[in-house]
Amino acid sequence: MLGFFKKSAKGKTEQGVRRTRDAWWGKVARLFDSSPLGDDLWDDLEELLISADVGVSTTTKLIERLKQRVDNEKIEEADQVRNALQDEIVSLLAVNEPEPSTSANGRLGVILVVGVNGVGKTTSIAKLAHGLKGEGKRVILAASDTFRAAAIDQIKVWGERISVPVVAHQPGGDPAAVVYDALESARKNADYVIVDTAGRIHTKSNLMEELKKIRRVVSKSDIEPEVLLVLDATTGQNGLSQARYFAEAVKVNGILLAKLDSTAKGGIVLAICDELNIPIRYIGTGQELEDLAPFSPESFAEALFSSES
Amino acid sequence: MFETLSDKLGSVFKKLSSKGKLTEKDVDEALREVRLALLEADVNFKVVKDFVSRARERAVGGEVLESLAPAHQVIKIVNDELVVILGGGQQKLRHATQPPTVILIVGLQGAGKTTTTAKIALHLRKGGQRLLMVAADPYRPAAKDQLATLGKQIDIPVFAEGNSTLAICSNAMKRAKEIAASIVIIDTAGRLHIDEELMSELSELGKRLSPTEVLLVADAMTGQEAVKIAEEFNAAVGLTGVILSKMDGDARGGAALSITSVTGVPIKFIGIGEKLDALELFYPDRMASRILGMGDILTFIEKTEAATDEKKLKELERKIRRGGFDLEDFLEQLQQIRKMGPISQLMEMVPGISNLSRKLPQGADEKQLKRVEAIIFSMTPYERHNPNTIDGSRRKRIARGSGTTPQDVNQLLNQHRQMQKLMKQMGRGGKFTSMLGLR
Repeated sequence: MLGFFKKSAKGKTEQGVRRTRDAWWGKVARLFDSSPLGDDLWDDLEELLISADVGVSTTTKLIERLKQRVDNEKIEEADQVRNALQDEIVSLLAVNEPEPSTSANGRLGVILVVGVNGVGKTTSIAKLAHGLKGEGKRVILAASDTFRAAAIDQIKVWGERISVPVVAHQPGGDPAAVVYDALESARKNADYVIVDTAGRIHTKSNLMEELKKIRRVVSKSDIEPEVLLVLDATTGQNGLSQARYFAEAVKVNGILLAKLDSTAKGGIVLAICDELNIPIRYIGTGQELEDLAPFSPESFAEALFSSES
Repeated sequence: MFETLSDKLGSVFKKLSSKGKLTEKDVDEALREVRLALLEADVNFKVVKDFVSRARERAVGGEVLESLAPAHQVIKIVNDELVVILGGGQQKLRHATQPPTVILIVGLQGAGKTTTTAKIALHLRKGGQRLLMVAADPYRPAAKDQLATLGKQIDIPVFAEGNSTLAICSNAMKRAKEIAASIVIIDTAGRLHIDEELMSELSELGKRLSPTEVLLVADAMTGQEAVKIAEEFNAAVGLTGVILSKMDGDARGGAALSITSVTGVPIKFIGIGEKLDALELFYPDRMASRILGMGDILTFIEKTEAATDEKKLKELERKIRRGGFDLEDFLEQLQQIRKMGPISQLMEMVPGISNLSRKLPQGADEKQLKRVEAIIFSMTPYERHNPNTIDGSRRKRIARGSGTTPQDVNQLLNQHRQMQKLMKQMGRGGKFTSMLGLR
C-alpha cells in the first residue's frame, strides 16, 4: 500500500539510516578495509553485530554463513566479504510476505497500530495519516488509547495539525467501541481508518485480550486489518519477545521501526526477520511529519554499506 | 522479570552442580554461557567482557576449584559481581538542605518520564512532603495535559506556564516559593541524546536550577545503546540516579547492569506498572539474585554450609552407596534441615519449589517434621538401625509413645523404604552432593 512513499523511498531510507551508518556500520565498512581475513576480523564483526542489538544467535548465524561463503567462493578480498555480508543481511531482511492489500478496490482499509508503551505509536500514526492524505486519501483516526492520561488530547492535536478527523470517546472508555464508531463513520466518508491503541506490555494477558477484541470488532465488519507493530529502534533483545507476543495475539502484518534517527542501530530487526519472518514495512526517521519511509531491505543494506558519508 | 536470564543461568549451573568438583575448563564453559546469557539480556558488550574476566579471575583462583560445592561458589561469585555492577547498596533520594529540593526528570522520548514524575511525586508525598510538579515539555502535543491529568488523579498541583523550557522552569520556581513547596519535580521533554540543541538546553537548565537530583528514566527494554544514552545525559547534566521503567514486562533489563557499571550512577527506583503506585525502590542485592533466578538461594547455600560438615557428608555418602541409610541417619538429616530454619522458609529459597511452597498451608510441613521426629524418638536404637524388624506390636508401642497412630508409623516406614530404594539408585549413578545440588 501507500504508493506515495515509493518514489522517494531510497533517498529517505538513505537519509534515515545515515546516522546509523556513520556511527556503526561505517565501522563495519572500515573494518573490512583495514583487516586481513582472520579470526580477529570475525571477532570484531561479532562484537559489532552484537553491539548493534542484532543478538547472539542471529549474529552467530550471519558469521557462520559468511565464513562458509568465504570458503566456498574462495573469497580473499575484504571488499568481497563486505558484499557477501550485505547480501546475507538483505536476504535476511527480505521476508517473503505479500504486502497486505489494505484498501484495495475502494474498500475501506483499516490499519491497527500496536506496540508497547512509549515506542512512538501516536507520532507514527500522524505520519502515516499525513502521507496517505498527501496521496489524496481520506483518513479517519480512531483514538482507541483511552487509558493513558491525555492520549486522546495528543492524537486530537495531531488530527488538527494534519486536518484529519479523529473519532474519540471519553477517557477510560471501551477502546473497541471507539473502533466500532470509527468504522461506522468511515463507511461513507473515508478510505482509511488508522487505529491508535494504548501502549501495552506484551506479557500482560488481559491487555492483549483487549487488543484481540479490537481486532475482532474490525474483522466482524468484514475487513482484514493491517496490523502494524511499532518498535523502538533503541530496543534490545526484548524486541523479539514483543514481536512474538503481539504476532500471536493479533497477527502482525508488518513492523514500523521508529526512532531510527538516534544512534540506535535497530539490529533487532535482523533477529525478528530471521526468527519470526515478520517483514519490516516502515522506518521512522525523525520528529517531522515527513520523517517516515517504507522499509526496503536493498536500500537499507545498501545505505548501510555505502562508503560516502 | 529477568526470567529468561535466570532460566539460562539456572541451566548452566544445573550442569555444573551435577558434576561435583570442577576443572578450569568447566568454569570457562559456565562463564561462556553466562556471557551469552548476559548478552542476550542486553547487557552492554564491554560490560559483559569485564564482568566475565573478573568473575573468571575469582573462579579459577582457587576459590572455586578447592571448595566443597564448586557450583555454589560459582553462583556466589557471579552474584557478587552482579551486585558490584548494580551498585552495591541501595540508594535513596537526596533532599536539599535548603528547600525546595529540585528533582529533574530526563530521558529519551517514550521512556516513561511523565508517568514516572507522577509516581515519584506520589511516593514523596507519602513522606509528608509538599509537592509541585512542572510540565516543562513545550514540544510534544498534549504533554502538559498528560501531567495535568495525572496531577488531578493524585491531587498534586502541576505548573506549566511559559513558552519555553527555561521560562516554564523559572516561573515554576517562583510558584514553588509562593506555595511553599518543599519538593519541585520537573518533567522535561523527551530528547535524543545526540540532539545537540536539546542537550545543551538541558545543560543550561541544570546550571540554572542546580537540581538536587537529576534522574534519568531509562526503558528496561533498551538494548546496547543504553550505555551511550546514560553517558550523554550524564555529561550534559550530571545524573544522580536512574529509574528503570517498564520492568513489569519480560525485559531482562541488562540495561540496568550496563548503565550503573559504565557511569557509576546508581539505579534508585524501578517502574513496575502503569498505575501511579507502581514504583519500587531498587535493591541491587535483590536484583542480583533475581537475575540469577535463584530466589534467595545464596542464603540457602550459606545455611547449608553452616549446617553440614564435610566429614558427616562423606560418611553419609558411603552409607547411601551401600544402601545402609537407616532411620538414625534419617533423623540426623531431619535435624540438620531443621537447624537451617523453618522448612517453609527454606522452600521459599529454592528455585522451582518456591512457587509450590506458597500453596502449602502455613506450618503444615513443620508439624509433619515434628511428628516424624517423635516417631523415630520412640524407637529403640535397634529398631532405628533395622526398621525391617518393626512388626505390628512394635508399631503399636511406637505409636503410643509418640502420640500417633500405627498408620502414621507405617507411613513413615514406607517412606523410608522408598527413599532407601531411590538413594541406592542415585548412589550408583552419582555423588550424594549432587542430590543437594540446585535443581
